[in-house]
Amino acid sequence: MSQSQPSAAKPRVALFVTCLVDTMRPTIGFASVKLLEDAGCEVEVPTQTCCGQPAFNSGDMKNSRRLARQMIRAFEGYDYVVAPSGSCAGTIAKHYVEMFEEGTEWHTRAQRLGEKSYELVSFLTDVLKVDKVTASLEKTATYHDSCSGLRELGIKAQPRKLLSSVSGLKVKEMENAEVCCGFGGTFCVKYPEISNDMVSKKTTNITASGADMLLAGDLGCLMNMAGKLAREGKDVEVRHVAEVLAGMTDTPAIAAMEEEGISR
Amino acid sequence: MSVSITSPNFKENAKKALDDVKLQNSRVHIEKGFIGKRSKSIAKVADFEQMREEGRAIKNHVLAHLDIYLEKFEARVKEAGGHVHWAATAEDARKIIAKICKDVNAKSVTKGKSMISEEIGLNSHLEDMGLEVIETDLGEYIIQLRGEHPSHIIAPAVHVSRKDVEAIFREKHTHLDKARVFHQPEDVLAEARAILRSKFQAADVGITGANFLIAETGSAVIVTNEGNGDLTQLLPRVHVAVTSIEKIVPTLDDAAVLMRLLTRSATGQDASVYTTFFTGPRRPEDPDGPEEFHIVLLDNGRSNMLGSEFEEMLRCIRCGACMNHCPVYHAVGGHSYGWVYPGPMGAVLTPSLIGVDKAGHLPNASTFCGRCESVCPVKIPLPKLMRHWREREFERHLTPKAVRFGLAFWAFFARRPRLYNPLARLGMAMLKLLSGGKTRMKTVPLAGGWTKFRDFPVPEGGTFQSQYKKRRKEEGAAQ
Repeated sequence: MSQSQPSAAKPRVALFVTCLVDTMRPTIGFASVKLLEDAGCEVEVPTQTCCGQPAFNSGDMKNSRRLARQMIRAFEGYDYVVAPSGSCAGTIAKHYVEMFEEGTEWHTRAQRLGEKSYELVSFLTDVLKVDKVTASLEKTATYHDSCSGLRELGIKAQPRKLLSSVSGLKVKEMENAEVCCGFGGTFCVKYPEISNDMVSKKTTNITASGADMLLAGDLGCLMNMAGKLAREGKDVEVRHVAEVLAGMTDTPAIAAMEEEGISR
Repeated sequence: MSVSITSPNFKENAKKALDDVKLQNSRVHIEKGFIGKRSKSIAKVADFEQMREEGRAIKNHVLAHLDIYLEKFEARVKEAGGHVHWAATAEDARKIIAKICKDVNAKSVTKGKSMISEEIGLNSHLEDMGLEVIETDLGEYIIQLRGEHPSHIIAPAVHVSRKDVEAIFREKHTHLDKARVFHQPEDVLAEARAILRSKFQAADVGITGANFLIAETGSAVIVTNEGNGDLTQLLPRVHVAVTSIEKIVPTLDDAAVLMRLLTRSATGQDASVYTTFFTGPRRPEDPDGPEEFHIVLLDNGRSNMLGSEFEEMLRCIRCGACMNHCPVYHAVGGHSYGWVYPGPMGAVLTPSLIGVDKAGHLPNASTFCGRCESVCPVKIPLPKLMRHWREREFERHLTPKAVRFGLAFWAFFARRPRLYNPLARLGMAMLKLLSGGKTRMKTVPLAGGWTKFRDFPVPEGGTFQSQYKKRRKEEGAAQ
């Protein structure tokens, strides 16, 4: 892989794995570490829980601020903060500043942290100038553009660029790849029927694309889509894009079908 | 009496809508029709982003000087021989318009499409007075016959299939042969035209809305594709235009910018088929025009929004692009929102106008996907404004108790990593146990909302942080 860091010192990257990755799918965390270290970063994992997005989106500003301050304290001492999630990275990069009054110390600290916080794949391509990976995978994958990553952080071309360098992998676009999958955090359990309508439209488009694999950059979206594909009995392998880019696809896929399932 | 409010029943409305086969079949007009048309038309614009910025700037400027432009407008209208009425509330507006009609002994009223007239419940008020009220926009005419309210702010009958239009025409146009065949859509159109023709001629008062009010000339402008706006405002003796105060723009040039944004964002047209500017009543040298011109300016909660965190919502130019692109609107249709304004703009505006206690569901039924904001021609940050409503609800304890408790419980631990992390490991281990070695679960305790429609992916086991710490220790020991 290529890397054009002018400075001699390795960039110190604090990995924010996100609470979903931490609890549900550590493989994504390890894939993130590998990708960042391969690109020449020194990776650390400060003690962490959650960026506070559930509280923020529910209008609970008190807890949002508490969790934001906790994150800021733990992460502000690094060169970069990187998360394998567009929505969590978006919360830190774009929304922390909205939680604090302009002109206050916390607003400044939130702003500083936000300016050096990135989603994983776009960090690799846009900051570290990585343009290819060494992984290989004989599959046809389709990519779902998670909303926050797409619309808050402009992530669209970057994952496709790196996926095109995975030898043996074909990427087939699905119709309406940019339309919301219906996860939306608590939305999917507060309005389950509407969420179901949205994820059903999404799984129809996934299977219509002819791909045998679904990738995305956000685990919430992936769990939602994988769960629906499983309920519908559709055989599509669902993974986080980091797993494919890091060549770590020997673990069971998300909600993998029984025959492939290996319990740990 | 205003339109009835069923917004508190949004969830029930939505469930019904999802099961409504006819409604679900009508989605294609929005998802394929409107979305595609808009995208084709803005592709022809050299710099649509620049146009959006201009639109936002014009509206922000107006909102910062609303009083000045409104007073200027009033002066110009009076100079042109028109009457200006200020209506603080919906009831004031109804009373003013009713009096205008009474003063001329009006028997019948034709109407151009006006969402403000829906907001104030004008039609039923006038009908209660004994007036015949005829909607002349074809979509509005259809839903008037069906006894319904608009389900979309631009295409009020988008939820009605052609078959159902033919059925209601057959039912209500009793003077025509019941066995007549509608060979093609044009036949339906021709029938409506013929009926409306005589109504246009007979009307004593014509009531329209206004897409924009222009301060520099005291003019108002309406856009239609059918020409019904022209006939409504030209033919009767009295023309009443009723609209809300934030529709004002400083100059004709400003109106032109916003109209270019409006027609492309709404229907993908460079310009609507008919664009009508009117200024006051007919002048002696005019070949036609109303003898009396009245403009009714409605506040109904809008000035309260100025200076508040919801002020940006007043930039809205009522194009409908947000709802055209909203996956929630696609799923549940406009009637589910329970009042006049559906979709994302309805989710933000409705609580401002009828209270967040009644309309609370609307800003909550969103994933914040941001598609609405990305297509809004005047760049209203709709998800952010919905989130502000959720803050207001949380402060006022309108959020359901279970949600508050869940959040508080989760936040208590999230703020204490030393408790959270081992508890998370325990929780995941328990889930794995429950799963019996499978990778997916059909039911999960306390997660009925999820598992009703989806399987639950079983966690891999062990948290990342604990595994990572372990590996680092092992690597350290190995060195």
